[in-house]
Order: sequence, then C-alpha cells, then structure tokens
Amino acid sequence: MIHQFKLNGYDIVVDVCSGSVHVVDDLAYDAIALFDSGAPRAEVRAELCKKYSGGDEADIDEVLDSVEELKNEGTLFSEDGFEPLAGELKQRSAGIIKALCLHVAHTCNLNCDYCFASQGKYHGERAVMSYEVGKRALDFLVENSGSRRNLEVDFFGGEPLMNFEVVKRLVAYARSIEKENGKNFRFTLTTNGLLIDDEVIDFANKECVNVVLSLDGRKEIHDKYRVDYAGNGSWDRIVPKFRELVKRRGGKNYYMRGTFTHANPDFLEDVKVMLDLGFDELSMEPVVAAEGDPAALTDEDIETVKKQYEELALLMIKRRDEGRPFTFYHYMLDLSGGPCIYKRISGCGSGTEYMAVTPWGDLYPCHQFVGEEKFLLGNIFDGIKAKEVQDEFAACNVYTREECRGCWARLYCSGGCAANALHATGRVNGVYKKGCELFKKRMECAIMLAADEQLRGEEE
Amino acid sequence: MKHVKTLKTRNLCASAKKGGCGECQTSCQSACKTSCGIANQKCENNK
Repeated sequence: MIHQFKLNGYDIVVDVCSGSVHVVDDLAYDAIALFDSGAPRAEVRAELCKKYSGGDEADIDEVLDSVEELKNEGTLFSEDGFEPLAGELKQRSAGIIKALCLHVAHTCNLNCDYCFASQGKYHGERAVMSYEVGKRALDFLVENSGSRRNLEVDFFGGEPLMNFEVVKRLVAYARSIEKENGKNFRFTLTTNGLLIDDEVIDFANKECVNVVLSLDGRKEIHDKYRVDYAGNGSWDRIVPKFRELVKRRGGKNYYMRGTFTHANPDFLEDVKVMLDLGFDELSMEPVVAAEGDPAALTDEDIETVKKQYEELALLMIKRRDEGRPFTFYHYMLDLSGGPCIYKRISGCGSGTEYMAVTPWGDLYPCHQFVGEEKFLLGNIFDGIKAKEVQDEFAACNVYTREECRGCWARLYCSGGCAANALHATGRVNGVYKKGCELFKKRMECAIMLAADEQLRGEEE
Repeated sequence: MKHVKTLKTRNLCASAKKGGCGECQTSCQSACKTSCGIANQKCENNK
C-alpha cells in the first residue's frame, strides 16, 4: 500500500509497510499512481507518453526502471506481512505495567467549561490522594513492571499542585527505591500554572523529565474557558510563571500545551502568541467534547484546522530558516529512529501497560476513562479484578479495527485513542473519524517537514 | 532533480527481528493526553 500527496512543492510517496518515504518529480509521481492502479508497465508507459507528449521518452523509461527497482528492493508497494505479529508484543508483555497516571488531586482551582474531567472531579466527589495511596501505587508499579526499566509516572488532576506536598514525598520515595529495583522513574507534571512558585520550579526542573503547561494561546481565547471559580481569566496570572519556569528549565523538555475548540479553529494565531511569549516547545490539541457541546469542533472547523496545520508547517520552516526554530508535538516525526513495528501495530497501551490511579487507588485503563464505572479495572491493593475489561483493551490493535486496515497512516497512529473511539462510537475498538482526518493531515505535514529537512540538509 | 529521492527511514520490516523491548514511552502519557499517535516516539531499544 502507498500514499501519495503534494504539499509545499514536494511530491511525496509513502510506502506504508516498509516505512519508506520517496520525494519524486511529477513524472515519477504519475507513474507510481498508474502502477498503483494495477496497470502493467506498457500501459503506464503509454499513458505517460500521452500526458508528457513532447517530453523525452528515454526519461520515461528511466522513471519506469526506477519505480520497478524500488519495488524490487522492497521500498515501494511492499506487502503488509505484519498481521501475525499483532498482539505478540502485548502477549509477550502480558501483565506488565510500566506507566501510571497518578490522579493526585480530583479538584482544581480553575473551572474550565471544556474540561473532559468535569472541573477535575471526574464526575465524582472532590478528593486528593494521600501519601499512603500514592506510595502503594508506586510499589504496585514496581511490582508489576517485570523487566521494564523505564517507568513513567505522570502527576495529573484536576490540578496536581493542589497536592504538591504529596507529590514531593512520592518523588522522594520513588528515588529511594529505584536503584535497588533496577528502575528509572520518569516523572511528568501537568499543571494549569496557578500554583507555580520558586519551589515548584526548582522541583519540576530537577525531578520531572517533562512538564506539560496548559496555555491556550491568545489571552481572550485562553480566558474564555480557563477561568477561576469567580469567573476571572487566568492568563495574566500564569504566563509570567510559565515564562520563569521555562527560562530556568535548562534545556529539559516541556510542552506548552493548548486546547483549541470551536472558539478558535484558527489555532495558528494562538501558536504565534506562544512563540511571541518566548515558548518554543508547543502542543495544541483538539478539544475532547461530545457532539453538540458548544466547544466541539464542527465539520467546517475541521476543514479550517486542516488548513491551519499546513500553515503551521510552513511557519516552522520559515522560523527554522530564520534561526528561530520551534517544535510542535505532533510534527516531531523521527523517520529514521521511530518506534519498531511491534509498537506501531500494537496500539496505545491503555489498560495494559498504562493505567490511571484515582485518589483512593482505583485503576482505570487511562485518565480519560476515570469515573466511567464500567471500565473500572481493579485497584492498587488487590490488582486487576475486571479481566474482561482489560482483555477488551489488550485486544485493540491496528488489525482489529476494520477502518484501520485500509488506512495509510495506521503505522504512524497504531489504531487511535480508545477513549476518543468510545465517545464517538460507543466502542473502545471503534474509530473516531474526525480525529483520523486530523491525524492524517498532521502526518502529511510532519512527513513533508522531515523531507524538507533531509533534502535541504543534503543541499547545504 | 533525479526522479526519485528516497529519505532515510527506519526499515520497519527489519525492526520486526529485534524489536518489541517495550521500553519506549506509552503513547500519549507524558504528553498531550488526548490523542494517540506513536510515530513521534523515540525507540529506546539499546540492545
């Protein structure tokens, strides 16, 4: 299977199964499309001679030879022979957990209308995680991590800094047990910024491999949703704190992470505001909202967003050329060093190697399922109880979704987000079509950027 | 230009031979928290 697209002056051909990417001229682009339609060489040649009449026929023969050569070397029209491997990684790692999202605070000091977690409470009561529950969660992770060395723990909420003392103690505890257990904890903090102070900055920059900072971009856009309980916007209070944190980050990763909604499908304007503020590691995500929610993206918005993704890619090239580069989470595509085929076909890991822990120790397949009782997996004291729920997640892979089988982007996506699928279709192994559309556009942009970087790098 | 320029990419078929160590980041964990996608993750197989 192949995928062809033209973007920013590049004619690009992706060979889906080998992972190869070819940048071609118009003649080769047309030749490949004709071969892909099943036409034999003589027919392809005749079509090309007609279309490029007056051109050099030797040139056409050269193109046809090149295409056949690519096919023979396995980098074009390669077959998908990976299905037997699907699920193998999950089977091999059955029972192994390597990542936990610790919901240290089911409460928040902001009251954002669009919050998927219903203002941090996840449709339940306000609660904070005790040190004892958190400690048990870390022990549970170590006990169930098998031979995995890298263990990821995200402090999440609500607003995790509303329980900062426990967060600090948990990190200290984890550091005290990691060496003897042969583990390497990687902590992430996701915060709305309101409670950031010098101590938080020093802690986050020392202990957290990543920090995710919530900022939606333009002040008027941010303050539309991200308000406190008195209804006051938070932009003016958090931006100076974020700037200070990033200034002192010392090159460690962070994401300035925004959400865009029906209010700002023109999210590139928000990206520009983040850049003007000096932030250069950015992530902007489509809102997670039910159909009919005023924040949800409409069909018209989706078209706008797709154009914005293209413009964003062009802006990245422009800024890179000016010596002011920035990164965008979804465009950080590592063509030569990305994940192996097992990872690419085995799905996201929610409910199997990754789980969310509530303040009282219940386990859910991921943060987005917390509060949905039928997905309760068990708890950190007694382990997994609802094996049938876990099996449903373990069974998710690229080949269990019919729609994914015919999709060119399947090995970049690995089957999509189970929570998005559930909300859109009522099934965790369904497909959220709007999300797919956006994902495919993002991948085209990311591949174009990678092509631009490689090819222009070779020229220089 | 030459008609076809092939970018440097990881050979996915070859990665089937010694892949699957499971050390890489769990999808959207530590990042966006909303949309699955694995292509931008780093391979952490040191073997």
